Amino acid sequence: MSQAGSISVSNIQKIYDPEGAAVHALENCSCEIPSGKFVAMVGPSGCGKSTLLNMIAGFDKPTSGEIKLDDQLLVSANTQTPPNSDRVVVFQNGALFPWKTVLENIAYGPIVQKTRGRGQAEEEARELLNKAGNLERIAGSFPGQISSGMQRRVEILRALINKPKVLLLDEPFRAMDTVSKSKMHQHLLDIHDKFRPSILLITHDLVEAILLADVVLVMTTRPGTIKVNINVELPRPRSREMILSDEFTELQKQAIAAVHEEARKAFERGEKELA
Amino acid sequence: MIIGITSSVLLWYGLVQWTPFKAFNRLPDPLSVIIEWVSTDPDYGLSIFTKDYYLHILYSTYRATVAFFLALILGVPLGIMMGWRANFNAYAGALLDFLRPIPPLAWVPIAILILPGDEPAVIFVTFLVAFFATTLNTLLGVRSIDPDFFRAAECLGATDQDILRDIIIPGALPTIFTGLQIAMGAAWFSLVAGEMIAAQYGLGFMILESYNLVQYPTIIIMMATLGIVGYASSALIRVVGKKMIRWREQATGIGQEAET
Amino acid sequence: MLKQLQSTLNWRGFVAIFGFFLIWYLACVLKLPGFAEMANPLEVIQMFVREYAHDDHYWLSWVTSFQRVLYGFLFAQLFGIPLGLLFGTNEKFRNLFFPVFELLRPIPPLAWVPMSILFWPTNESSIIFITFIGAFFIIVINVFDGVRDIKREHLWLALSLGAPRRVVFLRIMLPSVIPSIAVGMTLGIAITWDVVIAAEMIASDSGLGRLTWEGYVSSTPEVLVIGMISIGLAGYLSTKVVNTIESKMMPWRRVRR
Repeated sequence: MSQAGSISVSNIQKIYDPEGAAVHALENCSCEIPSGKFVAMVGPSGCGKSTLLNMIAGFDKPTSGEIKLDDQLLVSANTQTPPNSDRVVVFQNGALFPWKTVLENIAYGPIVQKTRGRGQAEEEARELLNKAGNLERIAGSFPGQISSGMQRRVEILRALINKPKVLLLDEPFRAMDTVSKSKMHQHLLDIHDKFRPSILLITHDLVEAILLADVVLVMTTRPGTIKVNINVELPRPRSREMILSDEFTELQKQAIAAVHEEARKAFERGEKELA
Repeated sequence: MIIGITSSVLLWYGLVQWTPFKAFNRLPDPLSVIIEWVSTDPDYGLSIFTKDYYLHILYSTYRATVAFFLALILGVPLGIMMGWRANFNAYAGALLDFLRPIPPLAWVPIAILILPGDEPAVIFVTFLVAFFATTLNTLLGVRSIDPDFFRAAECLGATDQDILRDIIIPGALPTIFTGLQIAMGAAWFSLVAGEMIAAQYGLGFMILESYNLVQYPTIIIMMATLGIVGYASSALIRVVGKKMIRWREQATGIGQEAET
Repeated sequence: MLKQLQSTLNWRGFVAIFGFFLIWYLACVLKLPGFAEMANPLEVIQMFVREYAHDDHYWLSWVTSFQRVLYGFLFAQLFGIPLGLLFGTNEKFRNLFFPVFELLRPIPPLAWVPMSILFWPTNESSIIFITFIGAFFIIVINVFDGVRDIKREHLWLALSLGAPRRVVFLRIMLPSVIPSIAVGMTLGIAITWDVVIAAEMIASDSGLGRLTWEGYVSSTPEVLVIGMISIGLAGYLSTKVVNTIESKMMPWRRVRR
């Protein structure tokens, strides 16, 4: 069952209306996350990437348009399927429960869904930690005691134990230094190879996007919509060395051109809004 | 530190004994206070060797404890409910906001009038301040939980009850304990006033009574005792809090010290 | 403003407050245990309109209590802020006298009543002193914490730009502790009212606290309730005033629209 998990976003529009001044966050935004594929989304700050991710997760709903999961309506202007373990989010600032140990955090999903008992869930969590590279030693630690890179890995494992159809990653590596980041990329690639969930990754880092994803979506500045759809046909399994290949450079050029045009627009508008 | 305290005590002694200011001369000097405090046969009947001294401490501690635990068992669930259920908060929050501007001690006369006897009245006003502090801090604690924790729990399939048990309660716990410390301090604050106005035993009562009976050193003894007992009670809450919130202790173990 | 008003005064809130008055009324009418001698809300309003709304003595109680709060509060700011700054900036001074301060802090303000009466020549000054004590410790602690929380980078930046110490103090330190001073003010004004009321009940013959207490002593529960409501109102008004001053002090905190 976990093989399914294709998301289709069609004609999403989102207008925030806090105090009369309507803000068009998303406009006519359509895209696909094919089953088992890794999709990365880049774009200027405030272009509505996170809004889109929140809708897929079920935290928010659009003004019009719809999002489907395997041909089943997920959200539209008047439906909102509440969040569940089909589509699990890994948050920007990390959301491991600081009062639970690493093991308790990972086992949390199966326990509250009552699919497994506590003992079995923790056993599975332990196995998962092992498979992810001998992490069993941190099972009893609290999140505050391990490094931020480690926290991210645990958070991803906490999502994976539920065998989600879609994994939604909201800029999870944003605050990391380059070395930890490249390690995390390798971990994420491994995880994708092993478990094959569909992944939507939001990021600012073009190299990261191209290195990891099958498809890179570049969004326009607000109102956000998909500007370019870049297919990355680098072979899998991928490795860091591919960054040096001509193919990679070519893809990067395409992406940079698209992103910078939007970034400039966003910047100019920002100046106008302030004036 | 020692120098600071010693010189302050000396200053006090000097002001009382050697200056020509009547205002200072009227106060008891530190030496006579200490002599009275540790005397086996105190002039005014109260020292660490008399039974009555401990009786007053016991009375006050008993009242503070009862009031504190009442505030705890009512205030914490109320605050959590207010944070958990927006509709409930609309009712309870409005009522609390409506009553809160009335200083707790203004309730003393009405408490004596309505409640049977002085004892429940004193405990009631003590409870009231502690209750407000506990409830509001619990609510604050729930509000301060990172919204991503709620979202994460929902993603993982947690029900409303799971969220209450696994996110709201542990997440609010640090703030609840801060609130309980404030509540304890506020309880002593009110208790003293309540005892002065309407009690027959206790440290607050004795402070005012000693004044009426012109037993000035006893006033200072009682004030100091109050300080010690009050300090000890909030220290106790701090210790219990640290025991209960082990995860936080270890997370921020290095870096900054938790300020209270 | 209107929106804020609407959100706080939602219909549920009205129901709750109305329910409170209804229960009070019924408890009095039905003479529930304890409420036999209580006045119901209607009696209170009648009494107020008939005898208190234009009674000079009543309004004088307002003035008296407000004066005491004002003096106690102002003196607490006047002495508390410099002492907090001194504790925060001068290590020697802190090591010497902070322990003394910490020894005195746990003593509840009202425990000072007898000492205050003994020391001060007039009753009025002793009540103001107790009020002062109530707010003083909170203000000092808040300012002290504020100084310690100043970002070192800000100080370093100023020093590296060649600012003299006096300028650093005036331009960096003082503005940095303003939010802490504001917190101290909010807490201080609330506690000041609390202390004044109790002090008036214990050791005074005037003020709103006394008015309330006399309502009890003379078995006129209407007066007692009028006193309580007046105190609540007075406390609420002072908090509003303090909050307005605070937002004037911190223009950068205002919400950008």
